[in-house]
Amino acid sequence: MAKSIDVSDVNIYYGDFLAVEGVNMTIRAGAVTAFIGPSGCGKSTFLRSLNRMHEVIPGARVEGKIVVDGQDLYEPGVDPVAVRRQVGMVFQRPNPFPTMSIYDNVLAGLKLNAGKMKKSAADDIVEKSLRGANLWNEVKDRLNKPGMGLSGGQQQRLCIARAIAVEPQILLMDEPCSALDPISTSAIEDLIHELKNEFTIVIVTHNMQQAARVSDDTGFFNLKATGEPGHLVEFNPTKKMFANPDDPATEAYISGRFG
Amino acid sequence: MSTLEEVQTRVHVPLVQPRLPRQAGVIVGVIAAAFGGLLLVLGMGVVGSVLLGVLAFLVVLPSWSLMVEGRRGATDRLMTGLIWTSFAIAVVPLVSLIWRVVSKGVGRIDGTFLSYSFFKTQIDQPVGVYHAIIGTLLITLGAAIISVPVGVMAAVYLVEYGKGNKLAKAITFLVDVMTGIPSIVAGLFAFALFTLIFGPAYVSGLGGSVALSLLMVPIVVRATEEMLMLVPDDLREASYALGTPKWKTIVRIVLPTAIGGILTGITLAISRVIGETAPLLLIAGATDRTNMNLFDGAMTTLPVLIYGQNLRGDAPAEAIAWGAAFILIVIVMVLNLAARIVGKIFAPKKG
Repeated sequence: MAKSIDVSDVNIYYGDFLAVEGVNMTIRAGAVTAFIGPSGCGKSTFLRSLNRMHEVIPGARVEGKIVVDGQDLYEPGVDPVAVRRQVGMVFQRPNPFPTMSIYDNVLAGLKLNAGKMKKSAADDIVEKSLRGANLWNEVKDRLNKPGMGLSGGQQQRLCIARAIAVEPQILLMDEPCSALDPISTSAIEDLIHELKNEFTIVIVTHNMQQAARVSDDTGFFNLKATGEPGHLVEFNPTKKMFANPDDPATEAYISGRFG
Repeated sequence: MSTLEEVQTRVHVPLVQPRLPRQAGVIVGVIAAAFGGLLLVLGMGVVGSVLLGVLAFLVVLPSWSLMVEGRRGATDRLMTGLIWTSFAIAVVPLVSLIWRVVSKGVGRIDGTFLSYSFFKTQIDQPVGVYHAIIGTLLITLGAAIISVPVGVMAAVYLVEYGKGNKLAKAITFLVDVMTGIPSIVAGLFAFALFTLIFGPAYVSGLGGSVALSLLMVPIVVRATEEMLMLVPDDLREASYALGTPKWKTIVRIVLPTAIGGILTGITLAISRVIGETAPLLLIAGATDRTNMNLFDGAMTTLPVLIYGQNLRGDAPAEAIAWGAAFILIVIVMVLNLAARIVGKIFAPKKG
């Protein structure tokens, strides 16, 4: 199921403003890739361009090639809706649908797209997804309660369950732990380790320790100067990145001597 | 050690300040009320006594407070008093209106009043407002059927598709302008429209519905727009990220999240138009008979009936007018309650 992503010469714009410039990288299949970098350097923007969520913002557009499974996501004629079914996403703030129960939240993607399904099949998918998101034991007795009634960490895992229920090939996570406490963060990091067997995972994080803990590869984004576009400084295996980075700027950022 | 001395020499700031007794407001209120009562006994008018009583309260309590509590306390008492006074000024007409309608109207209500029309088949048959209740309900229902889909969909366009483009801005401006059109203009529009299509002297309930929907649409658009803008973009993005097309996101995620507020807005719009008289006089006419057919013939609504009875001016007609006004208020109240209940049922739940 997992697929790799080949990114070549990607420029990302908000209207006329070039936000991210000249990104080239290959995201390996079945691995966890982390993006780190200071605020405003374009990590999240780049992540959102990987499932064509960037263009939801009026005036936003992407140039260059992002190839998944031999197909360029930005080729004319590619349906962004079809792309997003293959490339799921978990957001910074937990956002379960407030009108739906826990059960319906997990099934939201399937119900919204596929229409009716058999009750037993639906039950199976809900259990599998919630188990996949390490949430099953906590909510199995209250599946019909509203999803908004869960704690923040549980809501975020519910959102992960919702994202994996549609069985995407790639899962994007935009700072999934930044609104959570250390215990919930740890639960989600464990989950990322388990999920990478089935999905290619790309995660944006502000927490360098988290990048070091969960990822196989790391990309460091930075701004050349204030007002300049963000760019990819270095992309390497996480071990090398944190032990012996190629670029002095990377080392400065990782060791906290960022300038 | 120098810091220790500094601390000790610092000015002691007392946290306890002199306060008026807890019942100060009540005490002054009683005194002011007694003062007002005295004026009343001495032969002053009711309005004058009440005004002077309130004025006395607004002078005495802050003055007392100024002497005991200082300026800040006095200002606080004065502002609190002014706010309560404004609140009372806003509420008094409303309460007195409801009281008057209920006290005058409720006596006229009985089974025959609700189940007979004005049209008599026998000389001793009782009269009632059944035909006007039916007319009000049908014409308003027709107006709602026309304006709710148009209004909600227009709002969906403005918020979900038009976001900030010129067309959307122009529509928003026109909607704001439409909110202010006099209802008689809406009536004239419907009258002209139906005269053009069906020829002169055309009257029907449908014409009334069209006129009322003209007044309703802007209110529905505005209310729905506000509610849709309250739906966080997070939810839309979450839905897109699951591979849901935009229209399905709107229908299944955005509208259900906002449905409580939208229903409240629709009810408010209905309450606003259900009492309209002028446009209906023009296009829906007036009749003594019960007309169940929206598409043909004159239809009387409660406001038109009240207007007509008021014109006649004799005692029985006036009693009927009060009774009809009472029924109209009850209908609006039931609608509002229903909208609240429905809104509660659909509102996003916690826990």
